[in-house]
Amino acid sequence: MAAKIAYDDVEVGTELPAQTFPVTRATLVRYAGASGDFNPIHWNEKFAKEVGLPDVIAHGMFTMAEAIRVVTDWTGDPGAVVEYGVRFTKPVVVPNDDQGALIEVSGKVAAKLDDNAVRVDLTATSDGQKVLGMSRAVVRLA
Amino acid sequence: MALDQSFVGRTYPPTAPYEVGREKIREFAEAVGETNPVYTDPEAAKAFGHPDVIAPPTFVFSITFRAAGLVIEDPQLGLDYSRVVHGDQKFAYSRPVRAGDRLTVTSAIEGIKSLAGNDILDIRGEVHDEAGEHVVTAWTKLVARAAEEA
Repeated sequence: MAAKIAYDDVEVGTELPAQTFPVTRATLVRYAGASGDFNPIHWNEKFAKEVGLPDVIAHGMFTMAEAIRVVTDWTGDPGAVVEYGVRFTKPVVVPNDDQGALIEVSGKVAAKLDDNAVRVDLTATSDGQKVLGMSRAVVRLA
Repeated sequence: MALDQSFVGRTYPPTAPYEVGREKIREFAEAVGETNPVYTDPEAAKAFGHPDVIAPPTFVFSITFRAAGLVIEDPQLGLDYSRVVHGDQKFAYSRPVRAGDRLTVTSAIEGIKSLAGNDILDIRGEVHDEAGEHVVTAWTKLVARAAEEA
């Protein structure tokens, strides 16, 4: 492991650099192919509306993959992630335009644990709504 | 109709090995906009002490969710998948997934709850490599929303 952040350099409350991740319909088609999740609620507006959604929504796992980047870009080595969990609270609605949606993610150190590990609590919002709840990662620092 | 509580603790047979390829990791990393070379460049991965390129933390879900199909499609359990949404997801890693891994998944039903007519199913997938070493455990919570009143 070669995290570039040292355990001794962080304290509870240390904020990680926040990031904003764009997501368009093209992003979702690409993610569907790469992940093998072809559920039509992620690419077919007609189908999404028939099952009661406002529009096509992003894969929850896509949002989860973006949110952890705030942690892995901070530590350098994604292999330093020990635990990662989220609750999917609201869908990220992705309109069919050039803009798509934005997923805004911030994180801060919530606890220092044993063995050079820290718990990072993440906040992810889209269009002003919290899209992930209980979003927490444990990561081992240098 | 609520799911049968007696299924809690049921373990399904391990899956056939899934072989993790470098190009599949690259494809996934690009799909989520990752630019960290540890996912695409074996030398960059080695600089971090990994024997080959590693996969992004959530990559393994594609493998564990496919394995969870054994549970989801178990006719005896009788889950109405058309009403299922993904509630929670958690991973605990012994090490990152990497290119060259041949991974098997053993799925088990960890919990069944009924809440306000919704069925809540907790599936645990234990992922092991070819040597039998633990790589990651994935916990997936699925919620089958109650059918509307007729």
